Amino acid sequence: MSLLEVTGLSVSYRSRRGSVCAVNDVSFEIERGRCLGIVGESGSGKTQTCLAVAGLLPAEAAIGGSVRFDGRELLGATRSMFNELRGKQIAMVFQDPMTALTPHLTVGSQLCEILKVHEGMRGPDARRRAIEIMERVRIADPERRFDMYPFELSGGMRQRVMIALALILRPALVLADEPTTALDVTVQAEVISTFRAVIEHTGTALLLVTHDLGVVAGLCDSVMVMYAGRTVEQAAVAEIFDSPAHPYTRALLDCLPRTDRPRGTRMVSIAGQPPDLASLPPGCAFAPRCDRAESICTTTVPSLQACGIDRAVACLRHGATT
Amino acid sequence: MTTPLLELRNVRVHFPVRGRTARRTGTVVKAVDGVSLTLEEGRTLGVVGESGCGKSTLVRTLLRLVSITEGEVLWQGRDVRRFDEQEMRELRRDVRMVFQDPLASLNPRMTVGELVREPLDLFAPQLDERSKRNAVASMFERVGLRAELVDRYPHEFSGGQCQRVNIARALIGKPKLLICDESVSALDVSIRSQILNLLIELQADTGVACLFISHDLSVIRQVSERVLVLYLGKTMECRDAEALFVAPSHPYTQALLDAAPVPDPVVERSRARAVLGGELPSPLSPPSGCVFRSRCPEAAPRCAITAPPQKSVRGGEVICHFR
Repeated sequence: MSLLEVTGLSVSYRSRRGSVCAVNDVSFEIERGRCLGIVGESGSGKTQTCLAVAGLLPAEAAIGGSVRFDGRELLGATRSMFNELRGKQIAMVFQDPMTALTPHLTVGSQLCEILKVHEGMRGPDARRRAIEIMERVRIADPERRFDMYPFELSGGMRQRVMIALALILRPALVLADEPTTALDVTVQAEVISTFRAVIEHTGTALLLVTHDLGVVAGLCDSVMVMYAGRTVEQAAVAEIFDSPAHPYTRALLDCLPRTDRPRGTRMVSIAGQPPDLASLPPGCAFAPRCDRAESICTTTVPSLQACGIDRAVACLRHGATT
Repeated sequence: MTTPLLELRNVRVHFPVRGRTARRTGTVVKAVDGVSLTLEEGRTLGVVGESGCGKSTLVRTLLRLVSITEGEVLWQGRDVRRFDEQEMRELRRDVRMVFQDPLASLNPRMTVGELVREPLDLFAPQLDERSKRNAVASMFERVGLRAELVDRYPHEFSGGQCQRVNIARALIGKPKLLICDESVSALDVSIRSQILNLLIELQADTGVACLFISHDLSVIRQVSERVLVLYLGKTMECRDAEALFVAPSHPYTQALLDAAPVPDPVVERSRARAVLGGELPSPLSPPSGCVFRSRCPEAAPRCAITAPPQKSVRGGEVICHFR
């Protein structure tokens, strides 16, 4: 049994322009100690998927499908069950470390609070545990930083504190929503390598939400690409980069500017705009921007089809030669 | 030799720090500390560095959006600090900026047609109504916006489209220099490449010079002929892009290149990385000697004592003791 099994998850909201489906029939699983990356542009539903797993969607969201964590159903779970799971079994790292930390509490007291609530640990014991985890996420000079407030730390340091908060109880699953997007490249590289080291050490599974395929290449075992609320491709990380099966995945890879390519090479770009979720085209949502689209793509919604081991793609033109 | 379009000579921008103690001790933040650059007509210079390195402050000195403490900013060989009102107006016509946040830089109460037309009203009032309208229409076409959108408001557009409006607005007055300050950083990946391609095309067509500021070396690589690398307000390396990307000379440039994730699992997991240790030092008390020494993998005792000299390398200069 996988640690996390998400089946047919959908999240929709009512709006003035009708129902908006932010996540549409998404399924995936994560084994213990593995890392799944969810990739997509803004509005693709990647954050909504992540929040659904954490039970953090707003009350007005209509949620369907099933989210099973360690055999337990999380959709419709009671608050007290979530309170028991969150922090201890499932932890989350958010994008903006400034707004996610409590500004008027020191880093140390935020770390110790978790220990107190979940394990009843206090005083010097808690302090020792907190400093230990700060060392593990490579916060330099943890003794001094223990008594600092979030505003006294740099962005990279704050994100490390977030990671420390997420990992202090050695959860089975960490959800990370764009954890390095707000950081400078040099800091990002360090935070990623910290993440990798800690995950290998503790055996924590990671659900990483990002728009940065470079980050995915460095951290993930498998990848799920989302577009307009649907999964368009799922595969192991090597396959996604070697032989992307969905035209959207391929286009995403092609349109990245890269430092290992010379100047002036005109970048491939994806024409058009990301779709409006309130008025999706009939058929494949990517069809209007797709260079392989045919008439069938504008009428039929492609379903996710297996193609190879642990690999699936949602494209009607997959396998067609032209 | 012709006069370069833009020349910055040893520019320093120091900001006083608020607070009584700071005022007494005369503490200043050296946002830009002795940076020089030249830009010829029609060329592209990329300015790269981490947040807080002074890249935005540096280019803002040109339009006098920040005033310089020391040094000279020469526009076509003339010091901009001595410009009178009339000359500043001409400068603002010739130098246009495109900012990071596409929506925040557009007036929400004006239609995009009015926004694109506004520079013409200001700088070319002699034009008649019809030629203005034609100019707007042809600008819309060039940046890839449909002409029937002129009466829409900015909030009806996506980020990428708003950035097209900003570019149209910047280029309609036929400027000599376009400054792009993190212009594609806020855009989604698929849109970012569209906008970068558009900028490259328009630059080739119009021959406008371009100062491209970004924290992202991969973006800089796509657009720049020459690259200036800044760290804590100081130049680390300034070279032709090809030379710099193939064989970076300064350890900081090397570290920036190493840090940029490569979208290829094999490369990404196998390459040796010189990950920078430590933190960006506080600009209030930068390290002595070479400002980069506190994070430099090659730092030696003498780096703490003397500031490194500028040395010539292939395609430009590097400022480091060891090159």
